[in-house]
Amino acid sequence: MAGGANLEHDVAVVGGGLVGAAVAYGLARLGQRVVLLDEGDMAVRASRGNFALVWVQTKGLGLPEYAVWTVASSEAWAGFARELAEETGIDVHFQRPGGFHMLLSDAEMEARALVLKRFHNQAGVADYKTELMTRGDVEKHLPGLGPDVAGASYCALDGHVNSLKLFSALHTAIDARGVIYRPSHPVTGIERRDGVFVISSPLGEVRAGKVVLAAGNANQHLAPMVGLHAPMKPERGQIIVTERVEPFLHHPLSTVRQTDEGTVMIGDSREDGTDPAGMTLPINGVMASRAVRIFPRLASLNVVRTWRAIRVMPQDGFPIYDQSTTHPGAFLVTCHSGVTLAAGHALNLAPMIAAGQLDETRVGAFSARRFHAEAAQ
Amino acid sequence: MLKRLSEALPAAVTIRVDGQSVKAAAGDTVAAALLAAGIGVFRKAPVGGGARAPYCMMGVCFDCLVTIDGVGNRQACLVSVREGMEITTGHGKRSVSA
Amino acid sequence: MRDGTMETWDVVVVGAGPAGLAAATLAGQAGASTLLVDENPAPGGQIYRAVTETPVKDKRILGADYWSGGRLVETFVASGAEAMHGTTVWSLDPDRVLGISRGGKAHLLQAGRVIVATGAQERPFPIPGWTLPGVMTVGAAQTLLKASGILPAGRTVIAGLGPLLWLYAAQVLRAGGTIDAILDTTPRANWIAAASHAPGFLLSPLWRKGLALMKEVRARVPQFTNVVSIAAEGEGAVRAVTFKIASGLERRMEVDTLLLHQGVVPNVNLAMAAGAKHVWDDRQCCFVPVLDDGFESSVPGIHIAGDGAGIAGAWAAEERGRLAAIAAVRALRPEASLPDDQAFRQLLSRHERGRAFIDALYLPPASFRVPEVDGTVVCRCEEVTAGEIRKVVALGCEGPNQMKAFLRCGMGPCQGRMCGLTVSELIATERGVPTADVGYYRLRPPVKPIALAELAQLPAGDEATKAVVRL
Repeated sequence: MAGGANLEHDVAVVGGGLVGAAVAYGLARLGQRVVLLDEGDMAVRASRGNFALVWVQTKGLGLPEYAVWTVASSEAWAGFARELAEETGIDVHFQRPGGFHMLLSDAEMEARALVLKRFHNQAGVADYKTELMTRGDVEKHLPGLGPDVAGASYCALDGHVNSLKLFSALHTAIDARGVIYRPSHPVTGIERRDGVFVISSPLGEVRAGKVVLAAGNANQHLAPMVGLHAPMKPERGQIIVTERVEPFLHHPLSTVRQTDEGTVMIGDSREDGTDPAGMTLPINGVMASRAVRIFPRLASLNVVRTWRAIRVMPQDGFPIYDQSTTHPGAFLVTCHSGVTLAAGHALNLAPMIAAGQLDETRVGAFSARRFHAEAAQ
Repeated sequence: MLKRLSEALPAAVTIRVDGQSVKAAAGDTVAAALLAAGIGVFRKAPVGGGARAPYCMMGVCFDCLVTIDGVGNRQACLVSVREGMEITTGHGKRSVSA
Repeated sequence: MRDGTMETWDVVVVGAGPAGLAAATLAGQAGASTLLVDENPAPGGQIYRAVTETPVKDKRILGADYWSGGRLVETFVASGAEAMHGTTVWSLDPDRVLGISRGGKAHLLQAGRVIVATGAQERPFPIPGWTLPGVMTVGAAQTLLKASGILPAGRTVIAGLGPLLWLYAAQVLRAGGTIDAILDTTPRANWIAAASHAPGFLLSPLWRKGLALMKEVRARVPQFTNVVSIAAEGEGAVRAVTFKIASGLERRMEVDTLLLHQGVVPNVNLAMAAGAKHVWDDRQCCFVPVLDDGFESSVPGIHIAGDGAGIAGAWAAEERGRLAAIAAVRALRPEASLPDDQAFRQLLSRHERGRAFIDALYLPPASFRVPEVDGTVVCRCEEVTAGEIRKVVALGCEGPNQMKAFLRCGMGPCQGRMCGLTVSELIATERGVPTADVGYYRLRPPVKPIALAELAQLPAGDEATKAVVRL
């Protein structure tokens, strides 16, 4: 392998968000020498726009392997959080008390029942249950429901985490483990010369034995540089955050959760396009309205800020994990659920990358070949 | 510690603060009325629990938060006193009752 | 206002200080449908706070400049423009839709043109113990005096630099109050810099007036000059202030009230949330909007007048307000009868002429803009210290927006008003780069807190509903 012993970095990870940082951490804990390339302070940064759910229910409708992969990450999350706490002293407040997806009419109940039925009917789907609860049962877990609540779907594997603390813990951990962090290094080109990847940015070149593209929506234009394909469909999303409140909500809902700091997060929207302007207030209004219908006691809480982000979304919603045949040693990791899959990325995916081979049985279904297969039909 | 100018005693308004009657002046903000009455601590910082009181008196510091007529986290420096207003102080995080 | 329909105005002016009053007056007189919105119960902004209602009737106490604000209010009231007091503007978008809140209810307004005249706020003054009850800004104390006739009692010390220190101290003394000491942080070097910038200013009436004020105060209040460090001490309330002067002398004084002031800076939150481009101003060490000579920002149709356009004082603010209104009305109604702008531009020039001197003289020393003591709280809302920020910069965090993710600083209800400038300059200092390269928090509406219930009853629509309700 040309240049092996003199090479400063075993792996270059492109993208310093939750996915890149989790992969970098996973590699570093295996002793790999990692350089993490990131953009600057005003970068789009999908990692700031997440709802911090570690969510399992109905993930994988249309691709049952995704359900299996999601459950594996969920099961690994508690150990992952403990490991980060031991390494960094930062408690990311991972909790898995079970989560609810609220339904505010009989029509919503029926539609959800159909979704659950289709989901559980898939062959090879993971072995857990999401149950449809009527209002009476939901009330036992969530007091103070508004009159519009008809019921909810509940999954015991759903949880949440403090995603900003997770981000902070990952960056602290990778720094402690000697990962070289290079902000303001947007990648402009990737070449493979003599078995070594040369990654260019305005601030210079970086050389590594392997490269992992974990740059979110930007993967779409980076992927072809290493003979890969990553069709993305970025979406705009908004989240409302309230002032801090005494603890009152112990389960995460898909659209309302209370953080460990006491703030209440309300989400979330999924809007086509990436135009930063437009529709903000009406969307915030609908989100606020639904939240108050679920928990009338929220009505008088003050909104202190809103987040808006361009969310990472592969074209069909499922992760894309790939390795290049034309550029051996180049990998691609992108997904929508960077929080839920953080444990999986650090503990399950990073070892595959370190070993130089993605495990077909576990993640083969996420290769971008699936887009070609569809196109061919 | 604050005191009122002797000429500055317009119509008195009575408000209640933490269960006690307090004399204020028409045109006072709640913050001014509380400070003039010798109430030096308005709230507890929600992170560390430390005592907080008005800093800017113009609505930008958010340290003058008190509960007014049952609504929590109101900026006392932006609300004018009214006869019979009920104010409670010393809150940290907001609480929402069922 | 009917639910579901938006009120439309030609010109909406946000803020009823001198710039807003002057702008709304001119627009109203020109026949544009004009609305002035302000969160305080009465007009005047900060500098003319309570000018129509102050209980401090003896005009010698507050001084002639304050009372001149009354004239502005009178002409506004006669202008044909409308006013909404006690009304908060929590949102402004590039399409000039404003979200307002009054009486606990939110409404949307559509404006043809917006003039943001939200003025200035005091520069943060992060010293150890600045979050203790009993530590306030000089501006806060002055508001208590103007609006409620309240004076500090007990032992009172004023610290910092800038004309407001002397004006307020004089007002307190005239009202029969006492100040126990002034701790002046103006560095000797500032005098040299100021004199070299504008030696002519030393002869101006404005400067002579300032000197007279200082003399009035110094005759009765002990002053310490070249103060290089200050700390507030106490448990649950401020009990003492400790300070050091350049010569090395250290003192501790027991106090009941400590008043801080080191100049004012633009109140940027609404303008930045609307998308107006701001840049770092090296002379004033703050962020100011990029404006054309009609005071239009980088967002078409949104103008910024007054101190929000860069600190220049109340008289300059009036002229900026008038010029912005002329540009706004002309864009909407080219046929409207508008005054010639030349006289206003000349007056504005004159008022701005003294700024180079004042800015140089009263530039707060870097050690008071960027706390040297690691344990000093920088973000008051989230209690993030200077030392914590330094550690995160060492981890590779390059700017204030990344910093939010690490430390939550800037994520509290004040939305960075109390910490933004400190954080930007602290990061720049640690990285060894210009503050202009570091930037500022990215701000979004709501710029003031608004209840969920108020947001919930805003008119929605199918597209918005579809974006949220997904099964």
